[in-house]
Amino acid sequence: MAAEMIIDMTKTFPDRAPIQACLRYTVEASTVLILFGPSGSGKTTILRSVAGLEWPEDGRIQFLSRIWLDTRSGIRVSPQDRHIGYMPQDYALFPTYSVAGNIGYGLGALTSHDRNKRIAEVVELFKLQGLEAAKPRELSGGQQQRVALARAVAPRPQLLLLDEPLSALDAPTRLHLRGELRILLKQLAVPSIIVTHDWTEALTLGDVMAVVGEGQIHQVGKPHEVFSRPADADVARIVGVETVVQGQVIENANGLATVAVNGTRLKGLSSNAIGAAVYVCIRAEDVVVEQAGSGMTSARNHLMGRVSDIAPQGVMVQVTIDCGFPLAATITRGAVEDLRLVPGASVIAAIKAGAVHLVPRSVG
Amino acid sequence: MNWTAIWVTFKLASLTAAVLLVVGLPIAYWLTFSKWRWKFIVESVVALPLVLPPTVLGFYILVAIGPYSPVGRFYSDVAGQPLPFTFEGLLLASILYSLPFAVQPFAAAFEQVDRRLIETSWTLGVSRMTTFFKLIVPLSMAGLVTGAVLSFAHTLGEFGVVLMVGGNIEGETRTVSIDIYDEVQALNYAGAAKTALLLLAVSYGVLLLVYAMNRKVWAVWPQK
Repeated sequence: MAAEMIIDMTKTFPDRAPIQACLRYTVEASTVLILFGPSGSGKTTILRSVAGLEWPEDGRIQFLSRIWLDTRSGIRVSPQDRHIGYMPQDYALFPTYSVAGNIGYGLGALTSHDRNKRIAEVVELFKLQGLEAAKPRELSGGQQQRVALARAVAPRPQLLLLDEPLSALDAPTRLHLRGELRILLKQLAVPSIIVTHDWTEALTLGDVMAVVGEGQIHQVGKPHEVFSRPADADVARIVGVETVVQGQVIENANGLATVAVNGTRLKGLSSNAIGAAVYVCIRAEDVVVEQAGSGMTSARNHLMGRVSDIAPQGVMVQVTIDCGFPLAATITRGAVEDLRLVPGASVIAAIKAGAVHLVPRSVG
Repeated sequence: MNWTAIWVTFKLASLTAAVLLVVGLPIAYWLTFSKWRWKFIVESVVALPLVLPPTVLGFYILVAIGPYSPVGRFYSDVAGQPLPFTFEGLLLASILYSLPFAVQPFAAAFEQVDRRLIETSWTLGVSRMTTFFKLIVPLSMAGLVTGAVLSFAHTLGEFGVVLMVGGNIEGETRTVSIDIYDEVQALNYAGAAKTALLLLAVSYGVLLLVYAMNRKVWAVWPQK
């Protein structure tokens, strides 16, 4: 039997859309599943059901060969017996315990010698040396996040469940820890499920991504595939980034990077080193469509291309331009008429460098 | 001053607070975390001593532990003496009478503990019982002290229940409040005043402790 995670659950709430999630994917040593969706979509409830903190009325949750929940045969495994590491959104550090106390909290089964040894190991792994005696309230946001993760990891769980692991941090710390988290998750070689609403996190951290909207799972796939090829309009709306293509940084001067995407060069803001493989992400609403041969603008990117598709979306129209890679642009119906856009027409797509997001591609 | 009455009173109040700390914790835990829909029935029963006249409560306890009730008969068979008008009977009555003064602060403190902390503890493989002692109790310390101290203070001043269940037996059930009443009846105002002042001072001191414990922010004397 393939090593799989199976989630098939129904949970109803008063005054809210019921959650009916059905998801199944192959789990390897360090597979990271991203549950992606807007707030209120039900992704946290799915995560909490996997943790054993919510009890779906109906369904089945199976991790590898272990059945954690099967309402039909009355199996309900308690959170204590699931051997998971769970990190809630605001970390929930135990305020009466020190950093070492928090990390050692779940190690009650060990002798005090083994416990101290494990605490020391984890402290080193998470670079928390010197903070062992500190209380949670004395820590910065980034430190609190590391302690919460260290506490979850210390008892060697079989599965890590992280609810919005980076959202409580300020932007620079978040950016920094995003990369660290990816490396750490691979290093730990523990499968994990991460809830997020941030598409850069999904692309950086995820191996598999499930798009959750209004209590349903709309699409499951590799993150960049889901972003670039949304299954339907709902997914496209939820992910909100229409163009995701692979590229490589070929030049970087003072944070203004040049990336090559299938022969086309684009400028974007990035600190990625030359040679780094990145996902180039562009939101369709950030693309300006100009007639070929018009004058200069402040936008750093002017891409020659041909219109390959025109799809009306309410008052707006999504135009796909082939400029070495398919680029989506959202413009008004009036603009389509003024520019006389038809499939095959030559146009220039202008994008400000700041709207070209370069997300490092997952390692391994 | 009647030192015997003072001794009986403090013994009664201390034992009541101690028993309520043991009995009140599970009740408060259940009241806080149970999702049973009829929970309010138990909550109301626990709160009854707050509104019931002590004489009414005392009357029912007296009947319940008297020789005509199964409980009373069982006790006198086992202990060799009946429960009413003894210190043990008075202790039982005090525990019931002060129950809400312990359980309500306990439950309020448990309510304050962030559910996510408790859940995180469970996911770390720590049982509900261990979570209670390792996490919930330290976080509810102020509430636990408040409950114990309030039930102690409340027992110090009880009068109606003592009179109904304990009677007025020197060295056994005569408490300070009864003693003050007796002194006044005997027109010995000086004696009553001394004992009354002692009770006032102790009660005030105890409440000072409670309010100081529950003060979140110390502007001039920061908690370390």
